[in-house]
Amino acid sequence: MTEKTLRKGNEALAEGAIRAGVRFFAGYPITPQNEVPEYMSAYLADNGGAFVQAESEIAAINMVYGAAATGTRSMTSSSSPGVSLKQEGISYLASADLPCLIVNVMRGGPGLGSISGAQGDYFQATRGGGNGDYHVIVLAPNSVEELGNFPKLAFDLAEKYRMPAMILADGILGQMMESMAFNFDPVDPNQIGKFDWAVDINKEGRAKTNVYSYKGDNLIEDVTLRAKRYGLIEKTEARWEERETEDADIILVAYGLSSRACLEAVNKAKEQGLKVGLFRPITLWPFPSKRLAELAAKAKGVLVVEQSLGQLVQDVRLAVAGKVPVGLNAYPAGGQPDGAQILTAAASLLTGKKEGLFDLQEHAEGFSYACKRDLTLGVQGDRKGVK
Amino acid sequence: MTILAQKPKSLTDLPMHYCPGCGHGIVHRLIGETLDELQIAQRTIGVAPVGCAVFADSYFACDCVQGAHGRGPAIATGIKRSKPQAIVFSYQGDGDLASIGMAEIVHAAVRSENITIIFINNAIYGMTGGQMAPTTLVGQVATTAPKGRDPKLQGWPINMCEMLAQITGSKFLARVAVDTPQNVMKAKQAIKKAFENQVNNVGFSMVEVISQCPTNWHANVQQALEFVRTKMMPQYPLGIFKDEGAK
Repeated sequence: MTEKTLRKGNEALAEGAIRAGVRFFAGYPITPQNEVPEYMSAYLADNGGAFVQAESEIAAINMVYGAAATGTRSMTSSSSPGVSLKQEGISYLASADLPCLIVNVMRGGPGLGSISGAQGDYFQATRGGGNGDYHVIVLAPNSVEELGNFPKLAFDLAEKYRMPAMILADGILGQMMESMAFNFDPVDPNQIGKFDWAVDINKEGRAKTNVYSYKGDNLIEDVTLRAKRYGLIEKTEARWEERETEDADIILVAYGLSSRACLEAVNKAKEQGLKVGLFRPITLWPFPSKRLAELAAKAKGVLVVEQSLGQLVQDVRLAVAGKVPVGLNAYPAGGQPDGAQILTAAASLLTGKKEGLFDLQEHAEGFSYACKRDLTLGVQGDRKGVK
Repeated sequence: MTILAQKPKSLTDLPMHYCPGCGHGIVHRLIGETLDELQIAQRTIGVAPVGCAVFADSYFACDCVQGAHGRGPAIATGIKRSKPQAIVFSYQGDGDLASIGMAEIVHAAVRSENITIIFINNAIYGMTGGQMAPTTLVGQVATTAPKGRDPKLQGWPINMCEMLAQITGSKFLARVAVDTPQNVMKAKQAIKKAFENQVNNVGFSMVEVISQCPTNWHANVQQALEFVRTKMMPQYPLGIFKDEGAK
């Protein structure tokens, strides 16, 4: 437990990871998460760990695969396009049942996108992200304090269930400074036990251990068995926060930084005599569907506020299952939500208006599009004669 | 009764799945003998690749990790940096090491990771059924080079030992073959050196083994060995390309 200190989000995360017992870090530079590897390179070796600046995000996640196979608390961090590159390794980690931590300090996308904060990687994070049937545990902090404390939670869950965990943070959260305190005592990696599944040295008398992801004829059994863990996690590990939800007419649903703007909307609503509450998923997978469904049943509508173009809203609609209208107030590609706009959208949802609500097909109303080849530019036949 | 030869203790009893005439089994045995003789099996962790040797983790009696195609040197880096007392080796084929894993092998050498790489070069993708490898010879027929490798379209074969020799961090680079008993014995010496280097903290060591693939070369074993000598060796000369290891 610590006194409150002023820290930058990415540095709180890195310090929190070292305190959580991380002793292997590999990463590749990308904005807006660069403070994480910089902090690790400065302090990890002095704490008995290893830092490697990898040649690529792909190499970094595979270094984590090797380190995690030894039972070492291992992590990598990156931002959106870099996390896309890591998906190969994340899928292998999931298949080999290895716990580790992957941090995504999200920026705008698709592609190179922008370097400003965004929430466009919700699908990638919550649906596994790589090939095959798997999940990673996804934690979504909304403050610098949570950024600093979630690495410990992530490893506790990842090791309990033998699977990768991800912290999905917004770019702005990584870059902003806030007062924070760590809510746990530093973990001494020399004092935590070994795993029976980890590869190791000097194992006289113990059976040979293999860590692998090719399951061949046993794949059906392997995937089915792992799914039992996923089911248990969905039943027992969902985490969320509620504000003013008990008698709310409109339930706002938002995670990460968007939820901070929603708090402003909740407070403004109170001043105006409107009943608006906030439901903030802290675990995005497992998604806290059951509690959200209970709240939605008592409300008049649910408004999803996300810095993406209709990703979180899909899980909310699955949970609400048509009981009440679900609207989307979207700020994609680096747009910043604010309380007034959120309240406008909330009012629209109650009154059947459209202002502030995003609907993909209505968005395309009256829009036509055609992409044509143009013969006046020449013909493709100039490949003739190429051997 | 005196036992003159037996299976190394560092290999398991599992029957190997390799095709008749393939070089993998010989190289596995040489690694097993080395781990026995250096008495390091108890602290060795192997990294198995994707490709024909995907089950190598079952054949070595030490703990093993099987990882993604081309990423062996990165995985070995993660293991070694987490367990510095471990002897870590990565076993890789030519598509694995010289194509999809080119960045990983080059940068493991750049960092002079204190690991051992065993690189099997048979100039073809074996497991996937005979596609062109980065090391496929000019004119050599592959399922994705049905008219033979044409440098105008597919470039030239890549010589990894010569290339990695340019990197300061590479400390031991040898190219050997397993086509004759004499060459098998030389291969053993090189493999042993590559492991001894790791014990002595010398740094990045790699042995490239020119190996035969009768199945995907569509040759009988005799013809395959002949191909190694007459076609492979002119492109891939045997020898020690770098030896900065302590004696």
